[in-house]
Amino acid sequence: MKVRIRSPRDFCAGVIFLLFGLCAVLMGRGYPVGTARNMGAGYFPVVLGALLVLLGTVISIKSLMIAGEKLENIGLRPMLLVLLAIGVFAGSVDSLGIVAATTLMTVIGAAASPESRWREVVVLTLVLLGLSVGAFTYGLGLPFKLLPF
Amino acid sequence: MELLANLQLGFGVALTLQNLLYCFTGVLLGTLIGVLPGIGPVATIAMLLPATYALPPVSALIMLAGIYYGAQYGGSTTAILVNIPGESSSVVTCLDGYAMARQGRAGAALAVAALGSFFAGTVSTLILAMFAPPLAEIAFQFGPAEYFSLMVLGLIAAIVLARGSLIKAIAMIVLGLLLGLVGADTNTGQFRFTFGLPQLADGIGFVVVAMGLFGFSEIIINLERRAKREVVMAQIKSLMPTREDFAASWKAVLRGTGIGALLGILPGGGAVLGSFAAYTLEKRIAKDPSRFGKGAIEGVAAPESANNAGAQTSFIPLLTLGIPSNAVMALMVGAMTIHGIIPGPQVMTERPELFWGMIASMWIGNLLLVILNLPLIGIWVKLLSVPYRLLYPAILLFCCIGVYSLNNSAVDVGLALLFGLLGYLFIKLDCEPAPLLLGFVLGPMMEDNLRRAMRISRGNPEVFFTRPLSLALLLIALALLIVVVLPVVRKKREEAFQE
Repeated sequence: MKVRIRSPRDFCAGVIFLLFGLCAVLMGRGYPVGTARNMGAGYFPVVLGALLVLLGTVISIKSLMIAGEKLENIGLRPMLLVLLAIGVFAGSVDSLGIVAATTLMTVIGAAASPESRWREVVVLTLVLLGLSVGAFTYGLGLPFKLLPF
Repeated sequence: MELLANLQLGFGVALTLQNLLYCFTGVLLGTLIGVLPGIGPVATIAMLLPATYALPPVSALIMLAGIYYGAQYGGSTTAILVNIPGESSSVVTCLDGYAMARQGRAGAALAVAALGSFFAGTVSTLILAMFAPPLAEIAFQFGPAEYFSLMVLGLIAAIVLARGSLIKAIAMIVLGLLLGLVGADTNTGQFRFTFGLPQLADGIGFVVVAMGLFGFSEIIINLERRAKREVVMAQIKSLMPTREDFAASWKAVLRGTGIGALLGILPGGGAVLGSFAAYTLEKRIAKDPSRFGKGAIEGVAAPESANNAGAQTSFIPLLTLGIPSNAVMALMVGAMTIHGIIPGPQVMTERPELFWGMIASMWIGNLLLVILNLPLIGIWVKLLSVPYRLLYPAILLFCCIGVYSLNNSAVDVGLALLFGLLGYLFIKLDCEPAPLLLGFVLGPMMEDNLRRAMRISRGNPEVFFTRPLSLALLLIALALLIVVVLPVVRKKREEAFQE
């Protein structure tokens, strides 16, 4: 008998919950579980993890039987570039300083939208630099390093 | 009159120049983000938390609260004028508000929305002032078992009131509870789920989770769906509603206020649910339901009053029991903790100036909002013509700086990135992120109370059923769950969310 996934969206959601639950149970068992009277660090995580495994399984099985929504397309450009912009900010702010981090983030972030125009991006970058240096670093006194040296 | 003395104390605190200024800043920011689609109160409050470090706690909380109810006002402006809900609580206002605007009655719709909100704000401030003290009295009798049962009730209510699939909402809550356990166990000091990272030893910051789930993933979704934002400006002729408008809307305002205030108190409630329920009710009891969607003024008055009432009464569980009932309140818990205040019934007795100052500031804030909104509508509308491509890089930067500055940690920004990705996937899979954040905040509290209750009862789980208050709370939770699973109600619930 061939099993068909009738609701791909729910199937994926179910599997994700199942995996999170499994991780929680497996890792939670590594901590002292204790007893109901004297619960250890592992007790609550294992119980919750098991519950999540159960819920994930039910959601996945239901998705095989009840028809539902297809998966939405993933817009790779906005997703990857926005996440990259955040990642570059996180990676550069301590080493290269706030000026470089702001510039990189604005330019990469702006590239996520096909509607961005480069002239505007230049102006926007300058404005945001003014804010992150003027308002956040000097105004609010956040301990940012300005430049890499 | 104790109430009067309390309110006097509150107004004394709220009317100092400094607190007035922060109240004004809060409602101004709230209106701003309410007008702008694509950024909501959760992300804004998360972003501004670090900026409140240096403030006195009262001023900080007054400002943050102002953002939340201010957003309810701002949301209605865009809903009426350009048919875009600036906030999810204004979704239903679009239906009749925009229809009114197209008929040239935009001014009347805006005025009724603002005045209705002001009325609702006034009433719910009073409700808050009257009902919070007795509720806090009850809360003082709570032991660990009651707290645990209360949180179970809160989470169940959050599931029942969430949109979409019930079972997925439950799974999101459980996942949230688990994520809340990351870090050192408070009872034994054991590191849990830290993957050997020292940065995770204190747990994941809730701002990190909130920013990822609500800030970053929203930006990606907005870019992807590239919401059309054609500003079809309706002309505003006169702001004065006609006498017929008043006659038609005052009852709707009363009903909306009642429903909104009631649903706001419920755990899991807040502004959104009240507005939907109020609109549905108006439509059901109207003599001629077919007018709705074609510019019925009740369809603006009721939901707008309801969302404002709900936004304010949702502070009740937080201020009296220390339990956040929605994502914004979860952030308020964080804000209070940053300032060394543990939310709960003791706030009212130990820090009366804080408690009553905040309540009084809500009324003042509502007054400021009416003044801000009606004459300044032109400015808010101009803001709408700023294209999203110029806005989102700025939002992105502020979010990053906000997360970083909490602990001066770039690792936190990286973690928020992961939660952004997770939030994006969950939106794609039709799982609402709000229950996850609620579970995240309640996770450690629930575990702690469960442990203590079981220790006192020597491992006997009957303790949750033999203590009357605890039993009552659990029975309410069970009733809610049964009700929502019943096929009839289930269908109704789906209908209600469809509209």
